[in-house]
Amino acid sequence: MPGDLAAQAVSALATVSPEPGAPKPDPILVADGVNRHFGGLVAVDVTHVEFQKGAITALIGPNGAGKSTFFNLLSGFDKADGGTWVYAGTAVTNTAPHKLARRGMVRTFQLTKSLSRLTVMDNMLLGAGGQKGEVMIASVLPFLWSAQEKKNRERAMVLLERFNLAAKADDFAGSLSGGQRKLLEMARALMLEPSLIMLDEPMAGVNPALKQSLLDHIRDIREEGTTVVFVEHDMDMVRDVSDWVVVMAQGKVIAEGRPDVVMRDQRVIDAYLGAHHDQQLTKSGESLTEGTSS
Amino acid sequence: MDLGFVLTQSITQAIGVTAIIYLLATMGLNIQFGYTGLLNFGQIAFVAIGAYAIGVFMIQWQQNPWPSWMPWQTLVPNLWVAILYALLLSVILALILGIPTLRLRADYLAIVTIATGEIIRLAFKSTDPLGGSQGINGKMGQDFYDLNPFPQQDRFDFGPLTYTRADLWVVICGWVVIGLLLLLTWALMRSPWGRVLKGIREDEDAVRSLGKNTYLRKMQALILGGLFGALSGIFWAIAKQSVQPDSMVPAFTFFCYTILILGGAARVMGPVLGAIIFWFLLVFVEQFLLLLIDNGTITFLVPTQVGPIRFILVGLGLMLLMIYRPQGILGDKKELALDAR
Ligand SMILES: Nc1ncnc2c1ncn2[C@@H]1O[C@H](COP(=O)(O)OP(=O)(O)O)[C@@H](O)[C@H]1O
Ligand SMILES: [Mg+2]
Repeated sequence: MPGDLAAQAVSALATVSPEPGAPKPDPILVADGVNRHFGGLVAVDVTHVEFQKGAITALIGPNGAGKSTFFNLLSGFDKADGGTWVYAGTAVTNTAPHKLARRGMVRTFQLTKSLSRLTVMDNMLLGAGGQKGEVMIASVLPFLWSAQEKKNRERAMVLLERFNLAAKADDFAGSLSGGQRKLLEMARALMLEPSLIMLDEPMAGVNPALKQSLLDHIRDIREEGTTVVFVEHDMDMVRDVSDWVVVMAQGKVIAEGRPDVVMRDQRVIDAYLGAHHDQQLTKSGESLTEGTSS
Repeated sequence: MDLGFVLTQSITQAIGVTAIIYLLATMGLNIQFGYTGLLNFGQIAFVAIGAYAIGVFMIQWQQNPWPSWMPWQTLVPNLWVAILYALLLSVILALILGIPTLRLRADYLAIVTIATGEIIRLAFKSTDPLGGSQGINGKMGQDFYDLNPFPQQDRFDFGPLTYTRADLWVVICGWVVIGLLLLLTWALMRSPWGRVLKGIREDEDAVRSLGKNTYLRKMQALILGGLFGALSGIFWAIAKQSVQPDSMVPAFTFFCYTILILGGAARVMGPVLGAIIFWFLLVFVEQFLLLLIDNGTITFLVPTQVGPIRFILVGLGLMLLMIYRPQGILGDKKELALDAR
C-alpha cells in the first residue's frame, strides 16, 4: 500500500525525462562536475545529477563504479578534486561530515560501522543531535542533561522496537549479527531525524527474511518525510522499493529513470555485462549481480 | 631480612610515591587510550613538562633567571603559581601535538608523541638553563611541605608500615588528588561526552557521520589526559624534590600502558588496581629474590642480577595475564566474546 508521500514522489517524477542528469522538480541534493581521482584512476566523474526530495532513489552500478566514493564525497568523508554540490539549497561542497549530519544529511556505510564495545542503546543515543551533555564542561553536571537524555532514551527505545532490536538494547553492539548491525546503523541514523538519508548497500549480507523488513523500513522512513538515496545490487529490491534509479559505471552517471525503464536501457545492460562477462542479464526474478563485495 | 620485611616493603611501594606518580600518568592514558583510543606513546612528555616546570620555576630560574633580565622571582612567587604554569604548559604541549596529528590516522599521534617525549628529554638534558645533564635538585616543594599538619615526630607507624612526617603528608595528598581525579573521570565517562569518546575509540567515522565534532573531542581528551600526566610530574617534583632527565625515558610510558592493560583499560578503577599490583609485584619479586639469595636458598644469582630479573619475571607474568585475561583484571568478560574489529 503506497502512502501519500510515495504517491507524491511517483507523480513528481512522472514527467522527468529518463536521461542522465535530468532536472527534477524539487531536488534536495544537486551535484555538479563532481570528480575524484585515485592516481590515474578516475573513480568518480559525475557531470550533473539531482536527487528528488521525498523520493526513494536507488544508486546502482557494477562493483567499482564509484558509488561508495560518490557517497563519501557528498557526505564529506572524502575530498573532491573538483565540482560543487548543493544540499537543501545550500552549497555544501567539501563540508565536514558532522556539519552535514547536523543539517540533516546522514549516511550509513557499506562496511557497517556499529560501535562494538558500546551497547546497542549507547549506539542509538550517540545518534541523537544537540545533546547538552556532549559539551565537556556540562557533562559533569548531570542536571543539565539528564532530562534530555531520558527523552532520547525513550525515542531510541521506540526506534529499537520498530527495528526489532529492543531486546538487545543492553547488549554490546558487537554481539549482533551482520544483518542486525545494518538495522542498528539505520536506526541510529534515524535518531538524528534526517531529511536525507544515504544508505550504502543497506542490504548487503542481510538474510532474505530480514531484507523484506528492511525494505519496509525504507518505505516507512520515506513516509515520515525523509528522502532516501541508497546503493543496492539486488535488482528485485531496487525495483520493489525505488521511485527512481541512477546508474553509475566507471565513475559516470550513464542512465537514469524509473526502475522498469532503466533496466531495459541498453547502456545499463552493457555496463553490467562489461563488468560481468560471465553473467547474463536476465528478466525479472534474478539479480543483475551475484556478489555484493567491494 | 624475612618474609614480613619483604611484604612490608612491597606494600609500602605499592601505595607509595612511585606508584602514585605512575598511577596519575596512567589515569591520563586511560582517558586518552582507554576511553578515546588515542595512541599517546609519549605520556612521559607531559610528566616531564610538569616536573620540570616546578624544578625550573621554583629552583633553576629563581637562582639563575633565564633570560637573565626575566623577573622570575616575582612572576612565580610560590609553588602554587608554578603548578598553574606547569598545567598551562601541558595544555600547550597537547595543542602542539594534537593540532597537526588528530586529523590524521591514529598512528601519526603515536609516532609524534613518542618522538616528542625523546625530544623533550634530550632538550632538557642538553640545555643548562633547564638543568642540563645534572637535572634540578632543591627544595622545590617547600610551600607544600610547609602546610604539613602532622605533629613534629620522627616516624608514624600504621601496623607494619612506617612513614616519615614528610612522606606521610606526600602520600596522603597524592591519594586524595587521585581520589578526586577518579571521581572526575567517573563523572565524565558516564556522561554523553564520555559516550562520544568511547564512540570515537570504536569508530571515529561512525561518530562523525552522526554529527559529532570528533576532532574537538579528541583534542579535549588529549588535553585532559595530558593534564593528568602533568600532575604526575608535579607530584614527582614535589615528592622527590629532584628532577632528572634520565628518568624521563620512553619506558615510563610503556610501564603506564602495562599498568593500564593489567588493571583494565576504560575502567575508572583499572589504573588504580594496575598500579598497585604492578608495583607490589615488582618490589615483591625483587625483595623475595634478595631474601632467597641472602639466606642461601638461591646460589646461582648475585644481588646485582635481581634488578633485571624481576623485570623478566614480571614481564612473563604479564604475558600470561594477556593470554588468560587479555581484558585486564577489571575488564568486562563480555567484551572478549566480541569478534576482533
Ligand atoms: N581509497 C582509495 N584508493 C584508491 N582507489 C580507490 C579508493 N577508494 C576507491 N577506489 C577505487 O575507486 C573505484 C570506485 O570504488 P567504489 O566507489 O568503492 O565503487 P563501488 O562502491 O561502486 O563498488 C574502484 O576502482 C576502487 O578500486
Ligand atoms: Mg561500494
